[in-house]
Amino acid sequence: MKAKVFVTFKEGVLDPQGKTIKNAIVSLGFEGVEDVRQGKYFELTLDDLPKEKAGKLVKEIAEKILTNPIIEEFKYHIE
Amino acid sequence: MKFGVVVFPGSNCDHDTYYALKEVYKLEVDYIWHKETALSSYDCIILPGGFSYGDYLRPGAIARFSPVMQSVIKFAHKGGLVLGICNGFQILMEAGLLPGAMLRNKTLKFICQDVHIRVEDNQNPFTTLCRKGEVLRLPIAHKDGNYFADARMMEELKKNQQIIFRYCTPDGTLTEEANLNGALDYVAGICNRERNVLGLMPHPERCAESILGNEDGKRIFDSIINYLSEEK
Repeated sequence: MKAKVFVTFKEGVLDPQGKTIKNAIVSLGFEGVEDVRQGKYFELTLDDLPKEKAGKLVKEIAEKILTNPIIEEFKYHIE
Repeated sequence: MKFGVVVFPGSNCDHDTYYALKEVYKLEVDYIWHKETALSSYDCIILPGGFSYGDYLRPGAIARFSPVMQSVIKFAHKGGLVLGICNGFQILMEAGLLPGAMLRNKTLKFICQDVHIRVEDNQNPFTTLCRKGEVLRLPIAHKDGNYFADARMMEELKKNQQIIFRYCTPDGTLTEEANLNGALDYVAGICNRERNVLGLMPHPERCAESILGNEDGKRIFDSIINYLSEEK
């Protein structure tokens, strides 16, 4: 089974890379993009665990190492 | 008086730090490989600059799980002096010994040049000999030095006078132009509440000998040595 973890900056934390990407999008002539926040994506291949147990494991890993809770937050789903 | 310089895979300012203490100051100093855990014989532990574990994930994020870090945390909790320079500062924050985190520089560029920092406090072991308001010229060399702390942390830092260095102009004025990496409130260096752990982005070890054309880094090493010799 696979867990997909998406890490982004928290609301209110400056994202200079996101800003630069947004400026590039605008300068390419695309319209309608208000803001860009960039982040990280992790794919974890897990042993076949009960879904609830896998969720708990992934959450703990994300909190402990994949993110720095001062600046980042995460979402995950398990497939 | 004995210093220890921790060496992580990817540290690259360990030799400069060792050299300053050993050759300039003629002090006792050891390299401490990151897998070692015995720190009780040291008076001050330095986490040097560099790119521990290639800055993978986030600067300092992997190094904090090195075996030596559990000992550094214990050493700090017992009151031992811990100095984190650049990547060392980032590791101290990831390890929870100092508050805050580093974002990418506002310019998104790696910046390697001299900056000026203002000494905001001398009631801590690392700036005992500095005057409050004194301006030091030190080099920075980093891509992730844009200090961030949330509002609550920032309030605590100010209340407890934990901001020790701020980026400034040569005459000591705080301006956005002098704050090259975009650090929140111009923060260049902070200490913990107990004041025995300090992290700073600039490199004092790179300007601690007259032949290098700048000895301002000695203001920090002199302070530490002064503090430790008075303590003994």
